[in-house]
Amino acid sequence: MSEPLVIIGNGMATMRLVEELSQRALGRYAIAVIGEEPRLAYNRVLLSSVLAKEVSRGDVELRSQAWYRAHGVSLIYGQRVTAIDADTRRVKLANGGTLPFNKLVLATGSKPIRLNVPGMDLPGVLTFRDLGDVDSIEKAALRNRKAVVIGGGLLGLEAAYGLAKVGLQVSVIHLMDRLMERQLDARGSAMLKAAVEAKGIAVYLNAETAAIKGAQRAQSVVLKDGREIGGDLVVVAAGIRANADLAQGAGLDVGRGIVVDDHMQTGKANIYSIGECAEHRGLCYGLVEPAYEQARVLALHLCGSDARYDGSVLATNLKVSGVSVFSAGDFIGAAGTEQIVLSDPGLGSYKKLVIAQGRLVGAVLFGDTADGLWYLELIRSGASIDAIRGDLMFGRALAERALPKDLAA
Amino acid sequence: MNAPAQHPPAVRTTCPYCGVGCGVLAKPDGRGGAIIAGDSDHPANFGRLCSKGSALGETLGLGTRLLHPMLRDNGVMVRASWDRALDAVAGGFAKTIAQHGPDSVAFYLSGQLLTEDYYVANKLMKGFIGTANVDTNSRLCMASSVAGHRRVFGADTVPGTYADLDSADLIILVGSNAAWCHPVLYQRMIANKRERGARLIVIDPRRTATAEEADLFLPVAPGMDTALFCGLLVHLADTLAMDYAYIDAHTTGLPDALARAREIAPDVMATAAATGLAPADVARFFALFTATEKTVTCFSQGVNQSAQGTDKVTSIVNCHLATGRIGKPGRGPFSLTGQPNAMGGREVGGLANQLAAHMNFTSGDIDRVGRFWNASRMAQREGLKAVQMFDAISGGEIKALWVMATNPAVSLPNAGFVREALGQLDLLVISDNVASNDTITANAHVLLSAAAWGEKDGTVTNSERRISRQRPFLAMPGEAKPDWWIVTQVARRMGFAEAFGFNQPADVFREHAELSAFENNGTRDFDIGALATLSGDEFNALDPMQWPARVGAPKADTRFFADGKFYTPDGKAKMIAPAMPKPHAAVSDEFPLRLNTGRIRDQWHTMTRTGLSPRLGAHLPEPFVEVHPDDAQGAGLRHHGFARVATPYGACVLKVVVSEGQLRGSLFAPIHWSGETASSGRIGELVGPGTDPFSGQPEAKATPASITVVEFNFRGFALSRGRLALPAQTWWARAAIKAGEGLLLATNDAPSLWRERAAVLFGSDAEIAEYIDEPRGSYRMAAFVEGRLAGCLFIGPAEAAPQWDAVKLLFEAEHMGAAQRRAVLSGKSTDGLADPGPVICACFGIGLNVIRTALADGVAGNVEEIGKSLRAGTNCGSCLPELKRIVADGRIAQTV
Repeated sequence: MSEPLVIIGNGMATMRLVEELSQRALGRYAIAVIGEEPRLAYNRVLLSSVLAKEVSRGDVELRSQAWYRAHGVSLIYGQRVTAIDADTRRVKLANGGTLPFNKLVLATGSKPIRLNVPGMDLPGVLTFRDLGDVDSIEKAALRNRKAVVIGGGLLGLEAAYGLAKVGLQVSVIHLMDRLMERQLDARGSAMLKAAVEAKGIAVYLNAETAAIKGAQRAQSVVLKDGREIGGDLVVVAAGIRANADLAQGAGLDVGRGIVVDDHMQTGKANIYSIGECAEHRGLCYGLVEPAYEQARVLALHLCGSDARYDGSVLATNLKVSGVSVFSAGDFIGAAGTEQIVLSDPGLGSYKKLVIAQGRLVGAVLFGDTADGLWYLELIRSGASIDAIRGDLMFGRALAERALPKDLAA
Repeated sequence: MNAPAQHPPAVRTTCPYCGVGCGVLAKPDGRGGAIIAGDSDHPANFGRLCSKGSALGETLGLGTRLLHPMLRDNGVMVRASWDRALDAVAGGFAKTIAQHGPDSVAFYLSGQLLTEDYYVANKLMKGFIGTANVDTNSRLCMASSVAGHRRVFGADTVPGTYADLDSADLIILVGSNAAWCHPVLYQRMIANKRERGARLIVIDPRRTATAEEADLFLPVAPGMDTALFCGLLVHLADTLAMDYAYIDAHTTGLPDALARAREIAPDVMATAAATGLAPADVARFFALFTATEKTVTCFSQGVNQSAQGTDKVTSIVNCHLATGRIGKPGRGPFSLTGQPNAMGGREVGGLANQLAAHMNFTSGDIDRVGRFWNASRMAQREGLKAVQMFDAISGGEIKALWVMATNPAVSLPNAGFVREALGQLDLLVISDNVASNDTITANAHVLLSAAAWGEKDGTVTNSERRISRQRPFLAMPGEAKPDWWIVTQVARRMGFAEAFGFNQPADVFREHAELSAFENNGTRDFDIGALATLSGDEFNALDPMQWPARVGAPKADTRFFADGKFYTPDGKAKMIAPAMPKPHAAVSDEFPLRLNTGRIRDQWHTMTRTGLSPRLGAHLPEPFVEVHPDDAQGAGLRHHGFARVATPYGACVLKVVVSEGQLRGSLFAPIHWSGETASSGRIGELVGPGTDPFSGQPEAKATPASITVVEFNFRGFALSRGRLALPAQTWWARAAIKAGEGLLLATNDAPSLWRERAAVLFGSDAEIAEYIDEPRGSYRMAAFVEGRLAGCLFIGPAEAAPQWDAVKLLFEAEHMGAAQRRAVLSGKSTDGLADPGPVICACFGIGLNVIRTALADGVAGNVEEIGKSLRAGTNCGSCLPELKRIVADGRIAQTV
């Protein structure tokens, strides 16, 4: 008999977990995936590409219906789970039904933070988190010419990029003094701002939203310092919060997210959590890479291996507004660290490597990110870079050419 | 159809560098340059060229040229017409002569001048101005050989020919780094060694490149060559190896010479003690010389540039006379001259202690030359030789000086003193083809734009008395004029038009040839009377020929002295007893070492021509000092660190090269760098002014010196399209690169300070790429203007100084790809490194070029297959839209 495994949430972490399980232990579990969104799992990373009409909705689907059938995975989408009974090992669905489990995985992801300011409920104020949001934004974009994006992080900039691509006049307002401050240092942020502005997007920094104004619909965003930025479409992308309400209701330990151990197991046996909703060693990750790592570890664990998740060295490795950006580790450079900087504004390229005790501990790359993964490897391995320090900045091939063959791994 | 391009034929001419006098074929490229090849028909080189000669094509640019006359106006040099400039020279000299007499003016000439230039200058000065204050940089080069020849032979005669080097069984090189300084001739010696088994002995305080092929290397103590050859003379006597019949018939002076030799070096042990050589090596040298009839002894600056240079020459010649080995095939003493036309200058007599055409300041010769020239004011006595001439300038006795084709502010001993002396002149006229050099910047009043090699038309004579044509293959640029023309015009303006009616170089050459034969009748060695009637066409077509060329005499063996007839009053060679050998100045506690100077392989003199060649600049780009490891250790010097070399006359800061080939207690520094090419490399400033009593040649190779460590925390380089101005405290050396200039730097200024400077170094409109590793003392920048590398600056810690080779290649390239641009500040070559192209799949680091290759090679045909083969797009998937486009573009490309 297959063991019933229920996964709540149908995002990218779930998809990876199901793939890993079907590769490693096809048939061991009777897998049921319950998704709230009324569609197949899709690549959320490509939301802005959908908005920018660079790809179609079909293109972003991760697996087809047939794939689920072929791998014996039950997919229940468009259904919300309302409660979990950990003792009786059942989940309750919004339609009143229940589903038994031997093992349960919470991969409920996160939701956008809504600002606690007047006017947030006005029509024309949207979030940017799922394909439903894309539908709404697209509809709104048909009627409106000016958009304001609240939030100059990755998601906000992606939304702004997508909106600008489809022809709207876009402003981005950001609370901090620089864009993507969690992924970039000051110089990288400044270069990103220039790149974003070059796409015709206005950027307002140190801009705290006081209210959204409008009679029937949103008409402008008013800042604390009194500035007012016109926009009949307002997209709020000011951060995310883990979807942990279900877990809380089930009596699981919840901090910033659902607290898990190195096996991705919650405080209760046979209940696990992965992805953006999980809190591991005090950290919630908002990127796809750690979610995939967690999915792999959990799959191994569910197959009986003693795999452990040690946390992810935070790396950002993506394109924003058409510019490649990479950062990892202590890319700001704490006291006592050393920095190497390479910049070529003519190529739109800036790189900074942070070194402590002869080891690479952080990197930020803007424009030319070809060596990002190599730096990440060096940061993760903690290998000494003394022998290649002079060439480190210029890439793996060049740096390792100078090494004796046995040292160049 | 296009007509085939018209290529002008190659012009046969002669190399402008050393005294070997190689034939060169120059084929103008129509863009101001020329393709250079060796002339296989020329008997000096049979088609070979050395590194310098081969690179002549890289030295023809006009970037550094003086293209029109200039006059000083309110302290600033301004362009002037030839009329005004020539009037200024003629008027200035005439006025000075009128006020202070003929000895208040002087000419300082050059072995770079053609024979025709020399002749006109010598004639004007000695026959019409009335002073013999005409000297030349040949004084620094082979004056001791001239004096030695004249003392022994009665004439300045080189007895042998290059062919003797092919047939000798023993070749002895004394004080000659021929491998670097006369490379084509050296290769000829090596060919003899390889093909015929000739032995090679090298006598030099330094183990030079020449010594590498030697069968016996004798690292003689500085200045002790005379002791070695005195020891040899004693050995020849004691082993009864002398040719007594020859000695009796054709020489005088052996008893005195031998007696003195016995005082200096009575036996092998004494010779070894005096020379610092191992007794066994001395004995082997004596035995080889004694046993080898066909022996040629070549000598060069190590012998000549000495306060006892004349004695060294005569000691060598004594051994050849004592064995009768002179003037016969494969036998003889052989002076290797340093300059392309030092020999031509000697033939003209363009030296202060010669009159003209191998005639001297005897009343008979003065009268003869005076009649020939129809001279209005013949000089009656010898003039001032180079070092004394500049003493007289400093002392105010000489008030007007005309310098032609040389750079005495760099090349004379005590060059700092010389530069200051130049500053005191009422009139300093300089004929040169460069717009700036240390002499020009010293105090020029008039600059005359002279024709350069490739434009000049006339003759030169090489070390084996072979006269060859230097022919023009380029038009004279701007308002450049030949030196003979310039002097002729001044002479006419001074009122001597009748004696200076020359219109062509051939006119001058014919008169020179005629003078050589005038009332000669075999009394003088130099006679080229047979050439006095050459037509203009015959002069143009003149093949390389050796003198003598007497009227009516057959052109047989051109060697001298096989018949035992010399040009002394009694017709016999006079063997000379030398003075006790010792360097001019003693070392002291303050200056415990001896500074030797010389040339390097790929540079020539003060680098005004070779310095333009990127190829030549790559060999040894910095002024350096070679130090023995023990001396280096004693002074705390590091290999490739820096040192201050000081003498009583001056100091330089040089790069240190620790070398086992250097004698303990002896330093070596090359002579080539000037104020134009290095911040602190003017070696002439360090050389003492002591001279040989007979030749007046300075002792350039044994000045007492000290060496102390100089620390620079940072080193680096800059490449620029134009000339860069650097802060005064920076140590720098300039080297030619393609399409720009390179500077090697050493500094104690922090990289952060260089970063501030760099912001404006290459203009304010440049895009600046930077690499900063401040904790490691590293700052590198590259400036781009419209995508082209406009300049770069690399500063790094001295112990890991940035290397410029890879960056130079990028700088010299016309175009730079993005991958190269990204790597330019690495200072490393990207050759052989795959360029993956811009990253498409960030998760797996897959670049565009990799994906395109997979598509082109058929490894993948769509996005899914790219994922399977390269993994690209299989993680976060954010690159899938881009992958789709790349696949679509690839299909379009394939269908087009």
